[in-house]
Amino acid sequence: MDVVNTRWRFFRYASPAAFYPLAGRLVPWFAAVAAVLALAGLYLGMLRAPTDATQGDAYRIIFIHVPAAWMSMVLYVVMAFWAAIGWAFNARLASVVARAIAPTGAMFTFLALWTGALWGKPTWGTWWVWDARLTSELILLFLYGGYLALVSAIDDVRRADRAGALLAIVGSVNVPIIYFSVIWWNTLHQGASVSVAAAPKMAAIMLQSMLLMTLSFWAYAFAVVFVRARAIALERDNRSAWAAEAVGRARTRTQTQTQARTQTGAGT
Amino acid sequence: MRGTFAAVVGRDLRLAARRRIDAALPIAFFAVAISLFPLGVGPEPQMLRQIAPGVVWVAALLAAMLSVTQLYAGDLADGSLEQMLLVPGGRIAIVAAKAVSHWLLTGLPLAIAAPVFGLVFDLSPEGIRALVASLLLGTPVLSLMGGLGAALTLGLRSGAVLLILIIVPLCIPALIFGAGAVAAVDAGQSARGHYSLLGAVLIFTGVLAPVATAAALRIATE
Repeated sequence: MDVVNTRWRFFRYASPAAFYPLAGRLVPWFAAVAAVLALAGLYLGMLRAPTDATQGDAYRIIFIHVPAAWMSMVLYVVMAFWAAIGWAFNARLASVVARAIAPTGAMFTFLALWTGALWGKPTWGTWWVWDARLTSELILLFLYGGYLALVSAIDDVRRADRAGALLAIVGSVNVPIIYFSVIWWNTLHQGASVSVAAAPKMAAIMLQSMLLMTLSFWAYAFAVVFVRARAIALERDNRSAWAAEAVGRARTRTQTQTQARTQTGAGT
Repeated sequence: MRGTFAAVVGRDLRLAARRRIDAALPIAFFAVAISLFPLGVGPEPQMLRQIAPGVVWVAALLAAMLSVTQLYAGDLADGSLEQMLLVPGGRIAIVAAKAVSHWLLTGLPLAIAAPVFGLVFDLSPEGIRALVASLLLGTPVLSLMGGLGAALTLGLRSGAVLLILIIVPLCIPALIFGAGAVAAVDAGQSARGHYSLLGAVLIFTGVLAPVATAAALRIATE
């Protein structure tokens, strides 16, 4: 009975009507956690961590760069996973979540490339090298872009979800192949002039800062994805009772707020 | 299943034979695109020899992507695609036949025409042989992946550009190993590793792409 009960509760939130208020309650918490962890991580990374002997203070962008690169890869897998679940089990919310993840994943990919360029200029002397890691991260950005373009080009929601899921799955199967091909391409043509593996040995405080930033990015991703998923779910179910109720509740809340404001304004 | 396959390939080849100019367009595009590079980069033979494998491969990739958009579009427009998909158990056979006929009409002619462009770029005879071999192994991958893109973007407004955006990143391994084989031969090394990897990519794509394309067609025509 317990198993059935817990299962029921778990799957309950697969319904947009149950997910919408829960996600709405969770968003401020995730946002607060993201902000607190980011402040702690940046404090450790920017003020407490020692200056690097060879790279000076320029290395400090690692505290944004590496977590962003991790998030960019993890989010692609998570997106493909939810898209596949949504396609295989016809779970509408899973497709919504997959679509909500894509822009955040693309943003982190872009952030990783951008901070990498900012880091590369003072340390390598160039904004960009056609290094294996940089190139495969760039291809990841293209994959996110392709997914976003495909799902937004298809007007029919069901078809868009499924075509996007298929593309995301094909992409995730292909990513290791692309990754290795890019590594081999690079080594076959020219010796690795720049190796990312030659980063400075990391002090404990640097690692702590990086982990705090990673957790902060995770919390940020949850918050943003929930906000976006709520909006998409509401838009898709705009004729349903729960959506009308949710919108109505929000409307009365703003109405009472404005009323209260005008009343206090009139009083003074 | 074999009957379906042969029938679809025969039909597509016959359609192409009736519209010869249309069928020749990818080759014409290939020739024009390749001719732009010496004009843009400069006519130094040393430089041209160095960029030749990449240029030929990129042009072949783009020629395949631009021509593959029409793979299912005509059949969708006149309704024959829906009829074909109703053939019991034949969906994967049809998809594979479509990719094969696309390759016979673009990939194979490109591989046959490639020696001329190799000569224009002053490639060595060994380099030209490697170019033809890598194109023969690699262009089927482009046709298979392009077919997947054509099925995913079937009937969409900006289908052609969208197809290039979503499929080109997935074709990068074929490009790398294909151009790499020629570059390796040109540098006096063995291209065997490249051929093996290209063959592996071809087998992998040949097994999985028709399944994915059949699923994409089902999604697009539901």
